[in-house]
Amino acid sequence: MAVLTPNKPTTAFEKLSDETWRRKFLRNVLIPWIFICPLLIIHLYVVAVPAVQGIYMSMTDWKGVGQNANFVGLENYRELFFEDETFGKAFGNNILWMAFFLTVPFVLALFCATMLAQIKRGGMIYRSILFIPYVLASVVTITIWKNLLNPQRGVGAAIDQMLGLEKVFGIAYLGRPESALLSIAFIDNWHFWGFLMILFLAAMQSIPPVLYDAAKIDGANRWDEFRHVTLPGIRPVVLFMYMMVAIWSFLAFDYIFLSTQGGPGGASEVIATLLYKNAFFRFEAGYGAAMGVVISIFAGFIIMVFVTLRRRGWDI
Amino acid sequence: MTAIGKVSLQDTVLQRGRSRERSRLLVFNHTVLLLLTAFAIVPLLVLSFNSVKTNLEIGQNPLGPPVNIVTENFPNAWDKGNFATTMGNSIIYVVVTIAAELVFGGLAAYALARKKPPGSDMLMLYFLVASTIPLWMYIVPLFVQINFLKVKVGVDARLLLIMVYVAGNAPLSIFLLRSYMIDLPSELEDAARVDGANEFQVLTRIVIPLTMPGFLTVGLVVGLGVWNEFLLALTFIHDPNQYPVTTSFYKFVDRFDRDWALTSAGAIIIIFPVMVLFLALQRQFINGLAEGGIKT
Repeated sequence: MAVLTPNKPTTAFEKLSDETWRRKFLRNVLIPWIFICPLLIIHLYVVAVPAVQGIYMSMTDWKGVGQNANFVGLENYRELFFEDETFGKAFGNNILWMAFFLTVPFVLALFCATMLAQIKRGGMIYRSILFIPYVLASVVTITIWKNLLNPQRGVGAAIDQMLGLEKVFGIAYLGRPESALLSIAFIDNWHFWGFLMILFLAAMQSIPPVLYDAAKIDGANRWDEFRHVTLPGIRPVVLFMYMMVAIWSFLAFDYIFLSTQGGPGGASEVIATLLYKNAFFRFEAGYGAAMGVVISIFAGFIIMVFVTLRRRGWDI
Repeated sequence: MTAIGKVSLQDTVLQRGRSRERSRLLVFNHTVLLLLTAFAIVPLLVLSFNSVKTNLEIGQNPLGPPVNIVTENFPNAWDKGNFATTMGNSIIYVVVTIAAELVFGGLAAYALARKKPPGSDMLMLYFLVASTIPLWMYIVPLFVQINFLKVKVGVDARLLLIMVYVAGNAPLSIFLLRSYMIDLPSELEDAARVDGANEFQVLTRIVIPLTMPGFLTVGLVVGLGVWNEFLLALTFIHDPNQYPVTTSFYKFVDRFDRDWALTSAGAIIIIFPVMVLFLALQRQFINGLAEGGIKT
């Protein structure tokens, strides 16, 4: 505590009351803020300042290099929403992505967690194995599935061979416009759903067993139990994750960039990949920043919807 | 006598019926769970199989277990993928980020949990709001900032990436560590103060040892996140000698696209440290990541 030492001799010159005040100030204000400062400064520098700059940058035509940035107001936004068809397509893909992730992993995770919660022995082994895909890096997951979805050597080709078919299942799932986005969502989901399942399972296990006993006495079957005991018990977690997954759907990048880079022909393009290409490949920094602001507005809108619903009395 | 006999008979019939019902239900549960675990693990098994096959064998048998096990893919991948360098880099990124996160996060969380200086409510609100700002909102200006520090000031790009990681995980570490510290009874700290400990000693001798699970959780979540991180490393690190394993592997797969044996072995090298740690600390990993996921 380098701060304490230089202050000590000066206190000798102060009155007693002053000294206690100084000490209190030191202990209750100065030192705590010195503790807070490093992280706060780093965070302000990395997040807050660039976020504000991003809003300004989105209203310029800056190319990412050089000094010549002209203020163009909302021109970038006008272009985004009314002229840029690739953005419209990417936005639509984000909506599809969200529709997928708000259904498939939730159903899968709820179902699996319900099955797992009833098991007394060996639950830990299932839990661990089901969780493994979540700890893998996106680059690894994509490599695994690019191989498995390969038209000549992948699972599809193996099924074709077994059934004596040709090129029915063994197709380029990632290379066709109609299946690219869905295939990537499937891969991302393979990685993600185990995590959701663990969250639901933890919530289920914290429901008091007495409630299930009470339900049994009332003659509830398993569906009734799930509907009237389990679901209300895990509702806060499910709804919170609904909000988070809805937000994350607009941030999706890694899996799409790593597998198709948004192709073929923009079929799997989302806003984030479009932003990245504009900002870092095509030197349209201002335009990219505008997309970043739009993504943030969507995220803020989703949060607002949930906050409003909670205010209206939903138990979120 | 007869009454007792009846009751016990009824009891056993009831019990047998119940246990039969339960075991039947569990057969269904186990079937479902086995299918789902197969879905989770079989792709990884195929990856491991392919990492010990020759490319010739992968051509004939791309999914099944290997007929002849070869190990030369691993040294080949290690050399061609420059893993000696990139593994070292990734370890630096992970270790330094965790250390900085725990030190700075621990200090800030302690101040916010115990001292509550004027303005701490505002600060909590700031971190709450800031934690919802998507990376995409600030990545472009941040790139400009970082580039300026890197090129004009000459700061090591690795240090800058670590700074970005620390900032990105700041809300998580503050909220999580703070909640652990609030749960700690403050009498323990007062007792230490009575014994003459200063604030720093209270923190290092009392608070940190007793909130170790919180630090472990933050360390695991942050460490795993940094090891697997791709986007920021891709954006900010352009010198191949500073690549972490993820971006380096991305270029590696690009270059050796057709060589499945080699890329599979490379993938195994990347996930190996994570898997070892995961198997050793299953409970902490699963509970920690679940906790980190809910609290941020």
